[in-house]
Amino acid sequence: MSVAENEVFLGGRDWETLHARTDDDTLIVNMGPQHPSTHGVLRLVLELDGETVVNAHSVVGYLHTGIEKNAEVRNWTQGVTFVTRMDYLAPFHNELGYCLAVERLLGIEAPARAQAIRVMLGELNRISSHLVWLATSGMELGALSVMLYGFRERELILDIFEHVTGLRMNHAYVRPGGLSTDLPDGSIEKIKEFVELFPARLDEYETLLTDNPTWIERNRGIGILDASTALGLGVTGPLLRAAGVPHDLRKQAPYCGYEQYDFDVPTDDAADCLARYRVRIAEMRESLKIVEQVANGLPGGPVMVDDPKIAWPARLTLGHDGLGNDPGYIRTIMGESMEALIHHFKLVTEGFKVPAGEVYVPVESPRGELGYHVVSTGTNKPWRVHTRDPSFVNLQAMPVMVRGGLLADVIATVASLDPVMGGVDR
Amino acid sequence: MGLEEHLPAGVLLTSVEKFVNWARKSSLWPATFGLACCAIEMMATGASHHDLARFGMEVFRASPRQADLMIVAGRVSQKMGPVLRRIYDQMPEPKWVISMGVCATSGGMFNNYAIVQGVDTLVPVDMYVPGCPPRPEMLMEGILKLHEKIQKTPLVAKA
Amino acid sequence: MPAALLDVLAGVRERFPEVVSEPEEAFGETSIEVARTGLRDVVAYLRDEGPFELLADWSAVDYLGVEPPERRFLCAAVLASVRHPARVRVRVFIPQGDEHCPSLTGVWAGADALEREMFDFFGIRFDGHPDLRRIFMPDEWDGHPQRKDYPLGGTDVAYRGAFVPPPDRRGQPSTTSGYPGRLS
Repeated sequence: MSVAENEVFLGGRDWETLHARTDDDTLIVNMGPQHPSTHGVLRLVLELDGETVVNAHSVVGYLHTGIEKNAEVRNWTQGVTFVTRMDYLAPFHNELGYCLAVERLLGIEAPARAQAIRVMLGELNRISSHLVWLATSGMELGALSVMLYGFRERELILDIFEHVTGLRMNHAYVRPGGLSTDLPDGSIEKIKEFVELFPARLDEYETLLTDNPTWIERNRGIGILDASTALGLGVTGPLLRAAGVPHDLRKQAPYCGYEQYDFDVPTDDAADCLARYRVRIAEMRESLKIVEQVANGLPGGPVMVDDPKIAWPARLTLGHDGLGNDPGYIRTIMGESMEALIHHFKLVTEGFKVPAGEVYVPVESPRGELGYHVVSTGTNKPWRVHTRDPSFVNLQAMPVMVRGGLLADVIATVASLDPVMGGVDR
Repeated sequence: MGLEEHLPAGVLLTSVEKFVNWARKSSLWPATFGLACCAIEMMATGASHHDLARFGMEVFRASPRQADLMIVAGRVSQKMGPVLRRIYDQMPEPKWVISMGVCATSGGMFNNYAIVQGVDTLVPVDMYVPGCPPRPEMLMEGILKLHEKIQKTPLVAKA
Repeated sequence: MPAALLDVLAGVRERFPEVVSEPEEAFGETSIEVARTGLRDVVAYLRDEGPFELLADWSAVDYLGVEPPERRFLCAAVLASVRHPARVRVRVFIPQGDEHCPSLTGVWAGADALEREMFDFFGIRFDGHPDLRRIFMPDEWDGHPQRKDYPLGGTDVAYRGAFVPPPDRRGQPSTTSGYPGRLS
């Protein structure tokens, strides 16, 4: 990649010198990091010639949390709670990728029921993430009611998550070896209710937006990213699929039993913002299909692997005083078996040891390929947990997509990119 | 603060105070300062299910010059600290700050090189709302307590 | 290992015999180790002759204390394909004291931000990168945070009369408060 004479790369300090190196007619505008339309703390530095964007640079790092370094000082199970907060709109996918990587190092596989529940909750997460994308995109383009509709449906999904995992966001539910607890009573009914109700709501959004002349004018032909540019930049997810490439990790290299479910991978040829809109709406329908299939055919069995050296020892139940350790289990470890108590104590405080090795496990998150490069040196703490976040890599496509367009189209383009700054900055 | 400058010091003005504080608390306009996961819960609080509009707060002003409440929602990194302070300074008086979530309150689970351990090291905080992330109802409780605090604020400093 | 991948790896070993090692298989994943000098050519060959159109990951690991100093940093690229499920990891080891690596931005433009991240966190300079600057930490930050000799940072947390240090310094005397490390 060569740098032309008049191209400058901007950081915090270059702000003062940029003027000296650019054309006098060019206006340099800073958008963010505090801005309602930049999807979080993204800073965009735009060089404008009137309303036309001559060049754009993104400055990230305003949400850098040091999660990868934190994971190196905590044990493997505690890593789940850190990793889940990276891409905060798709916490199940973060946890799933990490746990699949740890399980690959351990050489175990989660039981079938755990895998099916992981798929079901992951697809519900995909729907809720796309709903936030729809809500914020609509709001940024001026369709304020779409914001309220998107969050209305998202509340239903968050209700399901709260019922199953205890939390609305950042659940720490998927653990290495399986899940932390089984589905409580009434979960499948709640999920089936949602599956009944959601297609009609999706039809409502489509009625409002898909043939709406304003929506089409603001999205058609905007932010074009063709397939070869996308592949050169490493872009994956709905952006790549809207450029015509049917690349989906759930089909290419299925994990967690995805090969058993019947679903399509929607693609579009136009490679503009409208195409990405259509792809994401279609993805929501496909995810709903998968959720319905899992809910109707959920296998029985345990949700945690059988190995006592790895499986989380606590048995959680809903007792008379709330959720806590099962009283029968407490009686065993406190009253009857010293070994069980020691085992419980060691597993909870120290954690399990993972054999030495290096793996890279990708999953298909709502934004693209979310990969975990996990290195272990045989101890109870990870040596390195690196996340290949899709938003981070996809954001490199932003300058290509907005160059030559208007300032208002920058908003539409960044909205259709759907970056989540927690994942970008980690 | 705007009104206070025009009032004589040392004079007790109970009904004016009550009225002014009621007006101030009933239409607190938040500045959008959503950073991370808590921002999504803040948006959910402003959405239709947990409606913030019933408290007069659904207008999240993008410009800090038009806002009186800054809800710091999310983890504040070292790079973001100066930006936070800048936005706070740009808000006109009277202004309040709610620190939403444990990351803003104390650094949360991220006790490391990258996160500012509590925004009260940068801006004065009026209400701390714990949680990771706090439920919309918890944020509303924090906001309502802040309303009570504003209602009880004396208008004029005692001479 | 799928046949297509076997052919490509055999081809790359034939073409660049002195820089490419035998492919290793571990945990179901195939990796090859490449010497620094031949990295860009090998990766370009894999992109052109193999099915690998996508750079899936390009990240670094600091093996301080685990590997000898001339193999302290590992830079690993994972190449993927949209046509084929095969993946290959290309490993290159960077010695301590001479942290340079050829940049992959000439092969994939998307390596840009990933290399800036490795520079920011590990201090590895990528030769040929158009604009190597910090990306996450503030520009004036000192040090490279994800190296193993860089502390986690953070402050001691006051709790019920004691000061609990951040997780990488538990059990050691506190450096920011007078807490001796243990209560008794």
